[in-house]
Amino acid sequence: MGQITLQDVQKSFGPVHIIKGADLEIADGSFVVFVGPSGCGKTTLLRLIAGLEDVSGGKILIDGKNVVDTPPAKRGLSMVFQSYALYPHMSVRGNIGFGLKMAGLSKDETNRKVEAAAATLNLTPYLDRKPRELSGGQRQRVAIGRAIVREPKAFLFDEPLSNLDAALRVQMRIEVTRLQKQLGTTAVYVTHDQVEAMTMADKIVVLNGGKIEQYGSPLELYERPANLFVAGFIGSPKMNLVTGEPAKQQGATTIGVRPEHLKIERDGGGGWQGTIAVAEHLGSDTFLYVDAGPLGMLTARYIGELSLHAGDHVSLAPDPARIHRFDASGNALRN
Amino acid sequence: MARKSTTQRVVVSTIGAWFFGFLIFFPILWMVLASFKTELEAFAIPPSFLFFHWTTENYATVQERSDYLLHAMNSIIIAGGSTLIALLIAIPAAWSMAFSPTKRTKDILLWMLSTKMMPPVGVLVPIYLIYKSFGLLDSRIGLVFILCLGNLPIVIWMLFTYFKEIPRDILEAARMDGATIGRELVYVLTPMAIPGLASTMLLNLILAWNEAFWTLNLSTSNAAPLTVFIASYSSPEGLFWAKLSAASTLAIAPIIILGWFSQKQLVRGLTFGAVK
Repeated sequence: MGQITLQDVQKSFGPVHIIKGADLEIADGSFVVFVGPSGCGKTTLLRLIAGLEDVSGGKILIDGKNVVDTPPAKRGLSMVFQSYALYPHMSVRGNIGFGLKMAGLSKDETNRKVEAAAATLNLTPYLDRKPRELSGGQRQRVAIGRAIVREPKAFLFDEPLSNLDAALRVQMRIEVTRLQKQLGTTAVYVTHDQVEAMTMADKIVVLNGGKIEQYGSPLELYERPANLFVAGFIGSPKMNLVTGEPAKQQGATTIGVRPEHLKIERDGGGGWQGTIAVAEHLGSDTFLYVDAGPLGMLTARYIGELSLHAGDHVSLAPDPARIHRFDASGNALRN
Repeated sequence: MARKSTTQRVVVSTIGAWFFGFLIFFPILWMVLASFKTELEAFAIPPSFLFFHWTTENYATVQERSDYLLHAMNSIIIAGGSTLIALLIAIPAAWSMAFSPTKRTKDILLWMLSTKMMPPVGVLVPIYLIYKSFGLLDSRIGLVFILCLGNLPIVIWMLFTYFKEIPRDILEAARMDGATIGRELVYVLTPMAIPGLASTMLLNLILAWNEAFWTLNLSTSNAAPLTVFIASYSSPEGLFWAKLSAASTLAIAPIIILGWFSQKQLVRGLTFGAVK
């Protein structure tokens, strides 16, 4: 079991309020991603759950038991750090087995479990090497091995892939997701990369300025962002936000249209008129950055190749069913 | 752009380095040479550098007149003991200051260092009197104690800078893995800090070995280390350069040999934190 509940969790460092009252329900076995810009408090929130920081107020329940006064070791969680944080003087075997040794398991038992974990992570040939003799991806795998071998109630990941190169990151992303599903253990994962969040999560928590902006499944966040912040943060390229006359027509202060929901027409269409400033041709997609005069810069995405270039005039027609409307305070207006 | 290293530059800097190295080492070399001369030759002007009558009679005289081994043993016990106790106190102190600092940590560190700025002679009389009433004069324990206290600030500072370099994440990982504070110290922090501990220990051994002020003032015979042994060859009987040189050579030999074998550690210890 690994159900984690946060009730009005707060954290201040001196006069600085980092977490301003977080309420959250993380279901057993789910993969929850905390995402947000740097400084939004996502890592702090994770460290509060881990017990590496003390809460300033509120409750953290793990399987219904309040753990705010329980030391990290007794919470039954394991953590994977951004820097891997491997013990440099121990072999891979020693690193993975350290938690079991601390728990007082016998040597045979420890070895058996370490070897099983190593086999899952393709680390068997490296068991007797020191961390410095491993590549970045292998070190990350050792850090994950150290986390899974203890069979914790939940895994906590603190931006574990951000030190890896792009290709390896995609591969590890898939591995971590698969491993989590296979083990069925609850996972809380912190990242600033919204692609990671969208691809890995069962549910995403969007944090901004120490507050939870929205909590929901990736598609929920994409299709029904609760406010302007979430609308702008989730989705790549970013949602176009338009104020002024077009918004008023929709009865809103701001309207948002995702780049993929703008229909691109050459001259003479009925949409928003503009001139292409930059055109990016990726083969699979074409991104157009369009200077639309009073509406500002708009981004449009076309699936496939579109032979338009900088300087061409286009008209962009938003899909009426896909327009997001926001009021003056930035909250979404629902029909 | 990388600096050009022409052969000429290499030759000049090599000669320069050897020259200054020799200049610094010269007094020690001169002392060792003098210890093999007769008293007359040690005084001779102009002095002879290598072409004199080599003799070991000074060493024989020194050994005859005083008990080198006793003093050497005292030096080992005093330097080793004070270093060991200082480390036992300094490891937890530096650990707590490096990993759970408070608002006052910086002040405490500076205050500790400031105690090293006070001239020891300023507290000689009170300490002498305290030692007298506790019967610690001329005792090994007394010297271990005072040298340990004297070097503790430096030991704590050095370990503090070492521990500071150890990533916090690793200790937190150990905590998540279920290690208590004691086990964290034993299994994770100490093994990772071994190079730092080793150089701190060596430096402290050397400082304690060479310490002369307290050892000369607080001991006479039973607990007297090698510093007192050297001093006993100076003044009252007139200047016997050759015998004094022999005594000094005997006194510094162990620590020079130790320093020679551990120079890598020492250099690393002294420059630690200077470059990342």
